[in-house]
Amino acid sequence: MPRRRRLRRIVAPPGFKGFKPYGHVENKTAIDLNYEEYEAIKLADYDLMNHAEASKLMGVSRATFARIYESARRKIAKALVETSEIKAVYGNAHLDNDWFVCNKCHARFNLPNSTENACPICQSEVIERIQEK
Amino acid sequence: MEIVITSAGDKLTDKFDLRFGRAAYFCVYNTQDKTSKFVSNDIVNVQGGAGTKSAEKMIELGVKRVISGDFGPKAKQLLNKFEIQMVMLDESDSTIESIIAKISK
Repeated sequence: MPRRRRLRRIVAPPGFKGFKPYGHVENKTAIDLNYEEYEAIKLADYDLMNHAEASKLMGVSRATFARIYESARRKIAKALVETSEIKAVYGNAHLDNDWFVCNKCHARFNLPNSTENACPICQSEVIERIQEK
Repeated sequence: MEIVITSAGDKLTDKFDLRFGRAAYFCVYNTQDKTSKFVSNDIVNVQGGAGTKSAEKMIELGVKRVISGDFGPKAKQLLNKFEIQMVMLDESDSTIESIIAKISK
């Protein structure tokens, strides 16, 4: 079994559900841009942070941040060239006001300003994000 | 790190209180030296705003984590703002002792 993917902390979700090109030949495909990829683009190219600072903010290593950022750039480039739609999807992100449930001891909790992804009661890493209705 | 557990009484053998704002006592547990002290909640009997006032108390105590049964919307908002972690447990039969035993494992 591969190592669990760490949740990437993001400050705010994107303010859009997606982007659509116009004036193009009809193309039904869409590209899913994860929240963490949007966040990476925002931190690096909008807030002009360097990768080390940005990676700390998202609670991942610098190398992982670079990979997320690269994947984000490639997705956007692909969407532009192939005139496909961009859709914002949740991905592996966690927001400050997200709630989680531990699958072992059933405690519910939030993770404010933390880069740890373990249950505060039993330290189990088997946690799930509670979906908002 | 200091953790608050809502309690129905001021002893370690007392029951865990599922309410946050109207819990009788707050047990402040220190994870470093494993000591606990009880702070009485003097706003148990006020008419309204118990959640908000208790949340303010948590900020005053400088704790990082609060364990209770549930949190009201106002308390949630305030605790979120001050980056205090909220943990909700459904174990109404547990004692403070057993919860401390669980978290210090």
